[in-house]
Amino acid sequence: MAGPGTRAGAAHAVLRGVTRIFPPADRGQAPVHALGPVDLDLARGEFFGVVGPSGCGKSTLLEILAGLSAPTEGSVTFEDTEVRGSPPDGVGVVFQEDASFPWLSVWDNVAFGLRRAGIDSAETARRVDHALGFMGLTGFARAYPAQLSGGMRQRVCIARTLVLQPRLILLDEPFGALDQQTRLLMGDELLRLWRDTGATVLLITHALDEAAMLSDRIGVMSARPGRFIDMVATGWPRDRDSTIVSDAAFGEITARLWSSLRAESLKALGAVP
Amino acid sequence: MTQRAPAWQRYGDSLALLAGLVVLWWLLSRWAGEEALTGPAETLARARELLQSRRFHGHATESLTALGYALLLAALGGLGLGTWLGVRRLAGQVAEPILVALYALPKITLYPVILLIFGLGLPAKVAFGAIHGVIPVTIFTLNAVRTIRPVYLKVARSLRLTPWQAFRTVWLPAALPEIVSGQRVGFALTLLGVLIGEMFASQRGVGFVLINAIGLNDVPTIMAAAFLLAVFAATVSAILLKIDRALHRRTARA
Amino acid sequence: MTRAGWIRIAIVLGAIAALEVVTQAGLVSRHTIIPPTAMAAALWGLIGSGEIMPDITKTLSNVAAAFVLSAGGGFVLGLLIHAAPRLRRALDPLLATYYAVPFFVFYPLLIVIFGMSDLPIIVIGFLFGVVAMIIATLNGLDRVPRVALKVARLSRMDPVSIALLIKFPAATPYLFTGVKLAVAYSFIGVIASEFILSGAGLGFAISYAYNNFDTPRMYALMLFILVSVTAVNMVLHTIEQRMLRRRGLAR
Repeated sequence: MAGPGTRAGAAHAVLRGVTRIFPPADRGQAPVHALGPVDLDLARGEFFGVVGPSGCGKSTLLEILAGLSAPTEGSVTFEDTEVRGSPPDGVGVVFQEDASFPWLSVWDNVAFGLRRAGIDSAETARRVDHALGFMGLTGFARAYPAQLSGGMRQRVCIARTLVLQPRLILLDEPFGALDQQTRLLMGDELLRLWRDTGATVLLITHALDEAAMLSDRIGVMSARPGRFIDMVATGWPRDRDSTIVSDAAFGEITARLWSSLRAESLKALGAVP
Repeated sequence: MTQRAPAWQRYGDSLALLAGLVVLWWLLSRWAGEEALTGPAETLARARELLQSRRFHGHATESLTALGYALLLAALGGLGLGTWLGVRRLAGQVAEPILVALYALPKITLYPVILLIFGLGLPAKVAFGAIHGVIPVTIFTLNAVRTIRPVYLKVARSLRLTPWQAFRTVWLPAALPEIVSGQRVGFALTLLGVLIGEMFASQRGVGFVLINAIGLNDVPTIMAAAFLLAVFAATVSAILLKIDRALHRRTARA
Repeated sequence: MTRAGWIRIAIVLGAIAALEVVTQAGLVSRHTIIPPTAMAAALWGLIGSGEIMPDITKTLSNVAAAFVLSAGGGFVLGLLIHAAPRLRRALDPLLATYYAVPFFVFYPLLIVIFGMSDLPIIVIGFLFGVVAMIIATLNGLDRVPRVALKVARLSRMDPVSIALLIKFPAATPYLFTGVKLAVAYSFIGVIASEFILSGAGLGFAISYAYNNFDTPRMYALMLFILVSVTAVNMVLHTIEQRMLRRRGLAR
């Protein structure tokens, strides 16, 4: 049963044989086998990175883990309870697209989930103010997302996820739309957040250096249908930050990721119509 | 990822819906009485009669002539004005709210002015139809030209195209889908304008046939003329829609 | 105010002034067009005498009724049609060609169905406005970002909360376009019906004045409609711009 993604230890989330096949878009076309089968064990408190060629089913994997869509086959377990197409409590997601609500102020955006969960207003205010402070947004509480830069808006979305105190945080290329310098700084903040909350993190990214810098362990996925073809443990200390990009091991990790991925990326490129 | 329905189902559903509307019409005519609301079969019979009568041919020709001139004025006038306003950024900013305000105005109130200027007859009808149609055509064209992606224009400049080449090979194809949408809306409103013109002050045309029948409470003729108009308008509109959608699909970006 | 705004005001004022000069100088017959100042004076007199108040009240209340019905009904119908994709596909060609059909020809039939009252006119205004609102609602719902719906699902919201707290605010810019069109089409439908077919209301009053060669009265009434429609539009435009600016969508 133990595939390349499984590992002994206290598993926080477990995927077994997870497969996703999309029905054909038009009659006469073949169904699209997007993902799997995938086996994966996420240890509690682990920072797990996922890299793979475009269209390999990374986002599908995340949505299945988040309970936003159901696997065609296989099972997902989070904290010993099966997840099946409905979001479980304690999971937070940060999307690649700007998911801030333009009709709400920054403060109301961050408070959105707390209000839906029926948290009382004093506790909501306390948690929102704390999250805004943590993400460096205190001065912008009354601003609307349209007045902020792309990086600031993504901080709003992270803060909105954070206030709900998720035990598993899923991030789908959260810094994909940002410039390189901002990404490095956001990466540092993400590491700080991870250390302070003790949450388990799954980060999808297309940037190999980002995965190498942030993760404890990196899963490399194949071209469609996506499967794990390599697992790379980085061995970084827990209190790391973006300065490790100058470490000799960083170059080796990035090089290994690329050598695993190069052939798959070429396949994915050829598969684009 | 939504599944695209097969063609027979899409057309079948639309036809079923139309059939449902016809049944509703029939039930309504049963309920209101034949003299109040003519049923589908009788309307069709009266429509055939109209189509075979020489007098109705005269009225239809008159209306089509007025519509043709009005469309020509609205389409070309709107295209020229809209393009100019789209290229001249400041002029466009100045004019757009005025155009939108004019669009929202019940233009029928201005009809007496048209009559006072043009007198009764064809020119007044043409002018009234054109006034209705030219505004949406202008607004759509203006927006089409204004929202051409600047990078296309940079490409044209970097390839050192002459202004005419740039217009023909870049501006026009880039703006065409929206321009066709504007022409479609313009057609519907021009037809409406011509008809209103004929109803209010004319002795000829389909609009006159309608208002005359309304005056005589000749319900079968009202229904038949309205039916023929609806079929004509929907057919032209459907053809334009088909072109419109094909153009939009071609230029759609993922 | 922007530069374009000032130029626009200057152009409108310039056009009014030019009309004033041309008419005062007698370059155009007073039977065709009267000076703007004379229009305003005639309108002032009409309002002062109170004799057109019944027509104003009738028209404006019919427009208001047609607007409320078409905006509210169009939104609800839009929600329902959006929830039934197959019905929507079937309706699509009908909606797209809808405005090519001149409905006010059905006015006599509406009188038969609804009786001699304001109802047939309100129904025509409604028929004009409702489809614009349906189309705007469908447009808006199509453009609710998928990621916003995912966030809603992660918050485990029920369908009613999703409609009220996510779909409605996300679609607001498009709904507003529909509301503006519904206002305009309600005015057009009601006044056109009064003009051609009815015996009361502002549209009828203009037609009556025209037929009786009462040019000042005709222009006074036109001015009233022009000013009131434009005023309503400017209010709507201001509200819309405020909302769009907040969302970074203002032009």
